[in-house]
Amino acid sequence: MAEAEQVKVLRSWLSPWSFKVELALKLKGVPHEKVEEDLANKSPLLLASNPIHKKIPVLLHNGKAIPESGIILEYIDETWTNNPILPKAPYERSMARFWSRFIDDKCVGACWMSCWTEGETQQMFMEQARASLRILDDELGERKFFGGESIGLVDISACFLSLWFGVLQEVAGISLINGEEFPNLCRWIEGFVATDAVTECLPPRDELLATFQSKKQAILATKSMVY
Amino acid sequence: MVAAAAEVKLLGMWASPAVRRVEWALQMKGIEYEYVEEDLANKSAALLRHNPIHKQVPVLLHCGRAVTDSLLILEYIDETWLETPLLPRDPYHRASARFWAKFAEENCREATRKAFFARGEERSEAIEQLREQLQRLDEELEGKKFFGGVEIGFADLAVGWLAFWLGVSEEVAGFTAMDAKKLPRFAAWMDDFLRVPVIRDNLPPREKTVEFFSYYRDQQLAAAAK
Repeated sequence: MAEAEQVKVLRSWLSPWSFKVELALKLKGVPHEKVEEDLANKSPLLLASNPIHKKIPVLLHNGKAIPESGIILEYIDETWTNNPILPKAPYERSMARFWSRFIDDKCVGACWMSCWTEGETQQMFMEQARASLRILDDELGERKFFGGESIGLVDISACFLSLWFGVLQEVAGISLINGEEFPNLCRWIEGFVATDAVTECLPPRDELLATFQSKKQAILATKSMVY
Repeated sequence: MVAAAAEVKLLGMWASPAVRRVEWALQMKGIEYEYVEEDLANKSAALLRHNPIHKQVPVLLHCGRAVTDSLLILEYIDETWLETPLLPRDPYHRASARFWAKFAEENCREATRKAFFARGEERSEAIEQLREQLQRLDEELEGKKFFGGVEIGFADLAVGWLAFWLGVSEEVAGFTAMDAKKLPRFAAWMDDFLRVPVIRDNLPPREKTVEFFSYYRDQQLAAAAK
């Protein structure tokens, strides 16, 4: 490991995506600086570091910029090799990547839209979300974490389903992830948020709740995930 | 180490760029495999068993286990057969290759899909978006023959569908996104990429591909109109 490594995360305290990066660095004991971005007023550093997408998170490692949370997680695992977040064997690695993508592509969007739509549209999104969550719940089974005994890539990717979606369901007045339909996921959520590294990285629930309450009207208008 | 042909099977469809991408990777590494053509209108029991969630090709079967999603398959191939590496060694350059692969696979594909299927303003916005994306790819090629450098690599295989299927899409749907004069580096890359033997010898026949996508587009538009 190089001396005097400079590791910065361009992030937002609200964002589950930058949380993923911070959790990975925490799990590996990598000291880093958190640079809070105002997404309504993006810094020159953010615009220079991620000129194409202009999004957080961005990892800055000794001046090199790595955008996109999934890509950052692989970079972190390859650069700091203690406490691996990906399995060793190629097949298991491909499965971890598969489930991460499944969560990103099939779960997060449907869960988000379930909160901000109404009537038949809401029913449709809730059905989509339920179908995907059922598959995920089955995949987890009796295991403590998707990564087995310890948190891995899939657990990190699923973080939205823990604190954030809990808060959003409360703000939207819906109950999608319940113990009856998704016993494994509910157990996973409890275990995940209680883990030391996670607790240290999570934003305070009451502040998250208050912020989403205050942004509710704006989100209802645009449905945008950038807030 | 070359795998026995029976050990590696690829479920695919002849016109699909995602399937070709996997074939390019297997051939670059000299891996022998059995290719199984799927009829996507009548999916085989094997396809449904090995990719129950997405029910899509390509599916790579290795020692009986299934890997799905073409970019994930490429990573699997690279991690299992170590000769002729697709990804560079350095983590930062690997991240960069993955970034461009994602850009081509998600952003460019989405814009192309809209340009192909949409009408009116949605279509013109998509074409504009695609032009900007091609510009970004052109800029990234500054000082390089391929995205992978001197030889093709992971990013080239991921971006590669544009070299052949973009032209097909433009012809079928009647739009122009690519401008060789404005994007000389990307234009040169398209030519150089298609000239690489493994690529050149592993492309679907152009006329047949145009016919196929023309029929596919007509079908989809008719279904959407109902």
